[in-house]
Amino acid sequence: MAGPADMPAATLTPPRDRPAASAGARALLEVRALSLSFATSDGDLNVIRDVSFSVAPGERVGIVGESGCGKTVTGLALLRLLPARSARLSGEIRFEGQDLATLPERQMRAVRGRDIAMIFQEPMSALDPVFTVGDQIGEAYRAHFPADRREARARAIAALAEVGIPAPERRCDDYPHQLSGGMRQRVMIAMALICRPKLLIADEPTTALDVTVQSQITDLLQRLSEATGTALLFITHDLGVVAETCTRMITMYAGEVVEDAPVDAALTRPGHPYTSGLLRSLPGLSARRGALPSIPGRVPSLLAMPPGCRFQPRCGHAAVNCASAQPLVERAPSHRVRCCRARELTLPGAVR
Amino acid sequence: MAASVDIARPSGIDDPIVTVENLRILFPTRDGKDTVKAVDGIDFDVRAGETLGIIGESGSGKTTLGRALVSLIKPTEGRILHRGLDPATLTGAAFRRHRRDYQIVFQDPNAALNPRMTILDSVIEPAEIMKDGDDHTRRDAGLAALARVGLPRDLAERYPHQLSGGQKQRVNIARVLMLRPKVIVCDEVVAALDVSIRGDILNLFADLQREFGLTYVFITHDISVVSHISDRIVVTYLGKLMELGPAEAVVERPLHPYTQALLSAEPVPLPSALRTSRRIVLEGEIPSPVAPPSGCRFRTRCPVAQPRCAAEVPAWREIKPGHRVACHFSTIEGPPQRVPNQQYHAGGE
Repeated sequence: MAGPADMPAATLTPPRDRPAASAGARALLEVRALSLSFATSDGDLNVIRDVSFSVAPGERVGIVGESGCGKTVTGLALLRLLPARSARLSGEIRFEGQDLATLPERQMRAVRGRDIAMIFQEPMSALDPVFTVGDQIGEAYRAHFPADRREARARAIAALAEVGIPAPERRCDDYPHQLSGGMRQRVMIAMALICRPKLLIADEPTTALDVTVQSQITDLLQRLSEATGTALLFITHDLGVVAETCTRMITMYAGEVVEDAPVDAALTRPGHPYTSGLLRSLPGLSARRGALPSIPGRVPSLLAMPPGCRFQPRCGHAAVNCASAQPLVERAPSHRVRCCRARELTLPGAVR
Repeated sequence: MAASVDIARPSGIDDPIVTVENLRILFPTRDGKDTVKAVDGIDFDVRAGETLGIIGESGSGKTTLGRALVSLIKPTEGRILHRGLDPATLTGAAFRRHRRDYQIVFQDPNAALNPRMTILDSVIEPAEIMKDGDDHTRRDAGLAALARVGLPRDLAERYPHQLSGGQKQRVNIARVLMLRPKVIVCDEVVAALDVSIRGDILNLFADLQREFGLTYVFITHDISVVSHISDRIVVTYLGKLMELGPAEAVVERPLHPYTQALLSAEPVPLPSALRTSRRIVLEGEIPSPVAPPSGCRFRTRCPVAQPRCAAEVPAWREIKPGHRVACHFSTIEGPPQRVPNQQYHAGGE
């Protein structure tokens, strides 16, 4: 494990050199064949299956998909934030060479918040209403580094300033209810980044916010990720946010990764019919007042997954081979698609 | 499918089906000491057969406005006319009869359906209340309405929890159709739905409009949705109207600095090489409607605010035919340009 001992003071200095986020770089996070099921009274409920992807140091990766596709649960699984009693995890979560899937809980706690931090959709429910935001940010720091209250407070104020909160010395003593939604999400980001994690998992961080505030928050995340070299795993249903914030896009459908590609490639030449369908459904791409394309049918129930390709029942390009299990195939360098017809199909993307 | 112009759209500048006159809606705060100015003095018309899009951030008063349009909330001041008639003057049975023409579909398709009633019972309930026909004809009408919104026959006897979100929203639309309304206010009707089925529901709304000559007031925060379906767009901010005009003009050539910023904030799913528009980042967030800023409400976040904006409430000016804007400095060319030496920010953190 790379030593956290050389932690710099709460300045804007990046704690490590900004790495080249290319496909060839050594992965920071490498997820291999991750599957997850929950034990329920109806039997085992398989929520994600054979999820594999990697994130390079400093890279910004978006995970997109509709509700129920398993993107949130994938994020939670990476940090093992799932109910231990019912969740069954298999596969590997290699983070800097160490497998988080089998790490003892005690060591896992040292990773959470220190090396990998997470922010959530609804900042109000993620903050404790009875402590000041300064206390909560300071606590995140003191959980991992020896510091007295005074130092923690100073670092909290610096962190609030870094995320663009005006008058941080005053705001530090505010309670969460005294802040607006956008301010609360900034507080969450300050708390997540105070230990200078190497990876930040952001689960729909802007969904509850207005569009003008959303753009402030995505700009902030992108800027901080570039300034500190923190890699970003951005979970969202908003393809526009991914296009503007990330460099790579992973599309999930029914608990599987169906496409993994550089953002521009996924937008212009999507390889999976589902990615293409999602992009074509966006109203901005159709003639004003014209009929909008949509994907027929709905996501299959977890209890009745179709065999073979899980998208096949809704797919306009389904063929005989789609009835058998689909591996992720390489369509182009660093562009993988879970579709046996990926190399032969030319699918429309976000460009009219 | 063929788009745009169609039968049931009278050119109608002189044909307002809903008229909003100097409307104010105030709510007392919980401690009773202050008032929330949810809607604070606005005027506009809804034309028969059109789709009027209302766009704004949360807290801009758009939901309150939508509810007031269908008499779910009484105006504090000013009035709303339905075809020249003020529904606030009606009582009892006359009021109930009148309201069937002015209906609303809500955002959350789950909350809008009674979990203990079957789908068919929910759909025919409005007709029962209106005493339309008898049990038998109501049942037939209910089944026809469900078929019209594209739901299979066997869903009629099911309960809401057995349906998907998109199906539930179709049920809510079927229920409204039972009354053959003239105006439907759609309050964030696709916000809770996934992208892949949003298109289907929006297409259904468009088909029904053509078929029944409906007038829609479409309230949403989603710019891409509103610009796709609307004939005209109203932009609201903190209880006031900022801009109103033909949809294409408002989206392509906005006149108000707020509209311009709102449009530029929308993330575009395009590859980096094709993303051109420069984002105007607004500072801060929408102020409290309890104590809105003096003068122009947008001035605390406006990148081109001037001293005059704090002193004087901008007039609701018609700059181009059918295109109004509430900004002192907008011209026919567009919003005011940034003047570097005259930066002015009044208050607000």
